[in-house]
Amino acid sequence: MAVSVDEAVSTGPARDHTPPARRFGGRGRSVLEVALLTVLAVVMLFPVLWMIETSIKENRDVYAIPAKLFDFTVTLEHYKDVFVAPDGGRSALSVSFLNSVVVAGASTVLATVLGVPAAWAYSRFAVKAKKDQLFFILSTRFMPPVVVVIPIFLMYRQVGLIDNKLGLILIYTAFNVPFTIWMMKGFVDEVPAEYEDAAMLDGYTRLQAFWRYTLPLLVPGIAATAVFALIFSWNEFVFATFLTSSDSVRTAPPAIAGLIGGTTTDWGLVAAASVVFALPVLVFAYLVRKHLIAGVTLGAVRR
Amino acid sequence: MAGIEVTALHKRYPDGTVAVEHVDLSIGHGELFVMLGPSGCGKTTTLRAIAGLERQTAGDIRIGDTLVNDLPPAERDIAMVFQFYALYPHLKTRDNLAFPLRAEGLPKPEVHERVNEAARLMRLGPLLDRRPRQLSGGEQQRVALARALVRRPRAFLMDEPLTNLDAELRADMRTEIKHLQGELGATMVYVTHDQVEAMSLGHRIAILNKGRVEQIGTPLEVYDRPASLFCAAFIGSPPMNLIEVEVADGELRGKGGLVLTPPPGLPRDGSLIAGVRPEALEVTAPGAERSVPARVVSAEWLGDEIIYVVDHGGERDVRVRMPPTVRFAADATVGLRHTGGTPAVYDVSTEELVA
Repeated sequence: MAVSVDEAVSTGPARDHTPPARRFGGRGRSVLEVALLTVLAVVMLFPVLWMIETSIKENRDVYAIPAKLFDFTVTLEHYKDVFVAPDGGRSALSVSFLNSVVVAGASTVLATVLGVPAAWAYSRFAVKAKKDQLFFILSTRFMPPVVVVIPIFLMYRQVGLIDNKLGLILIYTAFNVPFTIWMMKGFVDEVPAEYEDAAMLDGYTRLQAFWRYTLPLLVPGIAATAVFALIFSWNEFVFATFLTSSDSVRTAPPAIAGLIGGTTTDWGLVAAASVVFALPVLVFAYLVRKHLIAGVTLGAVRR
Repeated sequence: MAGIEVTALHKRYPDGTVAVEHVDLSIGHGELFVMLGPSGCGKTTTLRAIAGLERQTAGDIRIGDTLVNDLPPAERDIAMVFQFYALYPHLKTRDNLAFPLRAEGLPKPEVHERVNEAARLMRLGPLLDRRPRQLSGGEQQRVALARALVRRPRAFLMDEPLTNLDAELRADMRTEIKHLQGELGATMVYVTHDQVEAMSLGHRIAILNKGRVEQIGTPLEVYDRPASLFCAAFIGSPPMNLIEVEVADGELRGKGGLVLTPPPGLPRDGSLIAGVRPEALEVTAPGAERSVPARVVSAEWLGDEIIYVVDHGGERDVRVRMPPTVRFAADATVGLRHTGGTPAVYDVSTEELVA
């Protein structure tokens, strides 16, 4: 049955456009919402806040009872200790931060370089037993990584990758590639294959078509995926603990954990190191926040 | 412009699916050739094989006199228009049009001239400085057509180019494509699942099913004498009535007693099915001459016509197209008779046209 435009579009007076929240319960509701959200935020963020506070308190105030929430002397001494050794040289912590940057960065780049073309291939080509292959790739992420720590340790000892940055880079890449393939395949699926077809008819090879047309359209997806991979590698603790031992190779998570224990713990230093450790990931996540949401809600919208 | 020959095309994907079983096509120079079929029938795969975007498992493809089996798409000198337009999102209309020419390495003044010519032909003047995102679906498809034009290719391949447009725009674009094809005298292979598009556009139509060609013919041939039961059920809206019939006393008699004119050359025996178009039947007052008693099951009032669904002696759901002036209520007792010429008759076992 054909419906004319006049029938389909109501021509009556414009309806009330007040947002629903105002209609039921009025202003009281939104006040309640804000109050509840504030309480939740305080509860969730209190440990973070406490960490930041501790990192700028003098040791005297850190151990004060009752705890000093507002009235304390601000100092940046702990931050200096994070980077500078007591003898004036580079501290062990600063070396571990540098290691973390190298390991997380290299494994993320490797996973992206390997995973993005693979995702493209899985998305575009008819591959034998494609679904089984994709399931196998995903299945490597089913088990908790801890399960394979011992076999990996033994294998690494055989080939001399223990206490070696390359070893960490390889294992993190191995964990990130399946993730990259799966997440990127979703993004590649969203880019119509017709772009490449059209470019091929216009005189480019398949690889050129991918490189010139599909890849630029994938940049947001690559950014989101890479940030997830980066966060994984940056935060990884178990493998870093088992596979490294010397200060010159150790990444930040086990190095910070190593500060706790012994006879006394310098909580100010722990807090400052933790803040420094948390910052890069926060900054990255903030920079690509739009794409992160796109990555998380992927598949909810059809083209 | 050039003709296209497809011989014994077969396409099997690595995962084992056979997209094209066996396809032979001979598309003439300057012909608008439509491949029609349900989704999964192999029409798009055949088209993509012609374009060079898929490599066939077996068979030959010739464009003009050139065997193109081993040529990459770019060297086949053809242009393709896609369902999703495939305009480069970061380029303005002007640059989208110029793109294939620059890829060819044509000098600037010539690129400019050809772009303007295509823009004039597709009336894109005001849209030249916009990006695809700022264009409506219809405008995007016109740009896509223009981009196909600028190349002056030997043939155009169209992969369901109108599917994403709304009904009104689709009718306009249909006219436009037909006009354009005539004006350029272009060889055009057009893939669609929409029979109205196929009937209104095609010089000839190939109906594909399960990777095989069921029939090739002009729109009228395809409509009047569908070559198989599949074609009979596929073409026409509502489709042909398929009525089980037997031959008796030189007459073709349906199960419910409906008498049809037997076509010449009818086989003596075998189970037969007659394909009768809804407009070759008539709903009459009960007891009219040559009519069989029937009951109106339902009536669709379409304004310019009424489609009656009637039930006569066990043969349910016979559809009859009547002018809007002939009105019967649902459930009314009526007569049903055959008024058209000789029906197409099919063998039940082979499902093919026998007379």
